[in-house]
Amino acid sequence: MNTIVPQARQWPIYLAEAHCELLRVLRTPAFLVPSLVFPLLSFLMFGVLLGHGQASRYLLASYTVFGAMAPGLFGFGVGLALDRERGLLTLKRALPAPPAAWLLARVAMAMLVAGTIAALLLALAWLFGKVALVPTQVIVLLALGMFAAVPFCAIGLLIGSVMPASGAPAVVNLLYLVMAVLSGLWMPLSMLPPVFSTLAPVWPAWHLGQLAQQAVGLPAHGAAWVHVAVVLAIAALCLWLAQRRLRRD
Amino acid sequence: MSLASAPALARLEGVHKSFGSRPALRGVDLAVEAGTAVALLGGNGAGKTTSISLLLGLLRPDRGQALLSGRPASDRRARQEVGVMLQATGLPDMLRVRELLELTRRYYPAPRSVADCVALAGLEDILHRRYGQLSGGQQRRVQFALAICGRPRLLFLDEPTTGLDIEARRSLWQAIGEMVGDGCGVLLTTHYLEEAEALANRVVVLQDGAVVACGGTEELRSRVARARVGCLTALAAADIAAWPGVQAVAADGARLDITVDAPEAIVARLLSADPTLSGLEVRRAGLAEAFLDLTQHKEAA
Repeated sequence: MNTIVPQARQWPIYLAEAHCELLRVLRTPAFLVPSLVFPLLSFLMFGVLLGHGQASRYLLASYTVFGAMAPGLFGFGVGLALDRERGLLTLKRALPAPPAAWLLARVAMAMLVAGTIAALLLALAWLFGKVALVPTQVIVLLALGMFAAVPFCAIGLLIGSVMPASGAPAVVNLLYLVMAVLSGLWMPLSMLPPVFSTLAPVWPAWHLGQLAQQAVGLPAHGAAWVHVAVVLAIAALCLWLAQRRLRRD
Repeated sequence: MSLASAPALARLEGVHKSFGSRPALRGVDLAVEAGTAVALLGGNGAGKTTSISLLLGLLRPDRGQALLSGRPASDRRARQEVGVMLQATGLPDMLRVRELLELTRRYYPAPRSVADCVALAGLEDILHRRYGQLSGGQQRRVQFALAICGRPRLLFLDEPTTGLDIEARRSLWQAIGEMVGDGCGVLLTTHYLEEAEALANRVVVLQDGAVVACGGTEELRSRVARARVGCLTALAAADIAAWPGVQAVAADGARLDITVDAPEAIVARLLSADPTLSGLEVRRAGLAEAFLDLTQHKEAA
């Protein structure tokens, strides 16, 4: 006979985990402020003051994707490496917590920050940039901003599961900036040597950028479903590699 | 199933575990029953943390079984009855003690109230402070509170008082003692033998991944049937060392420290040989001597 062990109710755990993660994000201005300010200020500078018309529209779309990169990459890449080194991850695994709870909480917070950035960009574009979007375009771009955080969470998870806490920030920063530029998030790839346009499809940010351009009614490469499929495949691969690595710890 | 054959709260059965080619555990058996505290002793690399990791389901045994109440330790439901305090845990600095407590309580089906946890772990003054602002000792108290907040039937404490001052250590000992008194099983690793002596009913000594001794603390101490006799005497250390029943003599000025098998005969002989002898002191071998004796004996073999 096995004694029947009662289970704690599961959904309050997910909520509590998300609540703690939210508090953690709000109380870490060193993470939150640059994540918000960097894309917003860049958009004001290049999309509103220096750019007009189509340029504003282009940059609204691409900075929405850019804004979704930091929360996932830094939150997971740097945060996880730190938590792993400090033994928090081991403790979470030793506790009877559902293993996915903290992961989902963190992804949800990254999506929330990315969504906030997308909303603020849309507000700036509407107020100062004179970018006219129909309501469905606004909704699709907002949703895309939040969805875009997911693959970067997965990439961050992989970096955080492999790199030591001392090395993770450098790798994340490098990847963050290089991928943003080479995916055409800062300027159209047509302004760079053609080799970069050829290489662009290796970056998940490029696929998301194309989706964002389509969302605001600009011409873009490829079919939407292909971009979504590629991004999800990259995310799944990173997640699989990361959990393999984490299980070995 | 009768109560007598109820499975132990935690049990390792013939567990082997290697990391690469390096064996960490070689056929370890271990059991923790309700209402008892078992101390796992051993030097660095003896296999203490590996044993705990196996019972927490963090590692899987290569051979043998790691069981919690008869279930595999890797089953998350089995861990619903387990509280844990690991060696090094950096909890999120930005969260307040109360928030950490509220979160961890939710993992368990019938948790203690926050007020109970606060009282047991002595968190009255720090409940609303952020974890990152606490001293090392306060952080350790928070970790203890998280370990007991789920009303566990079994507690794993990996070096619970390392880095604590005497007062903090004693109050933690008291709290652990209360848990054991309430019927909780405790598996404890420690470097401090006095800690094992203060808390544990049973001691398991690990060396190079194998159990070299296990038993009650008393039993283990008595297995090393030694005592130490200290005194101030005019007798020469070298003469006493030649007496039968004397293991060793150490001199510190006029004070001698004599290790003996049975103290009674030696004390009588000392007093008749030197009537001016003073400062007589007889101490039974502590767990520390027993531990050294056991592990050194094994090394020599």
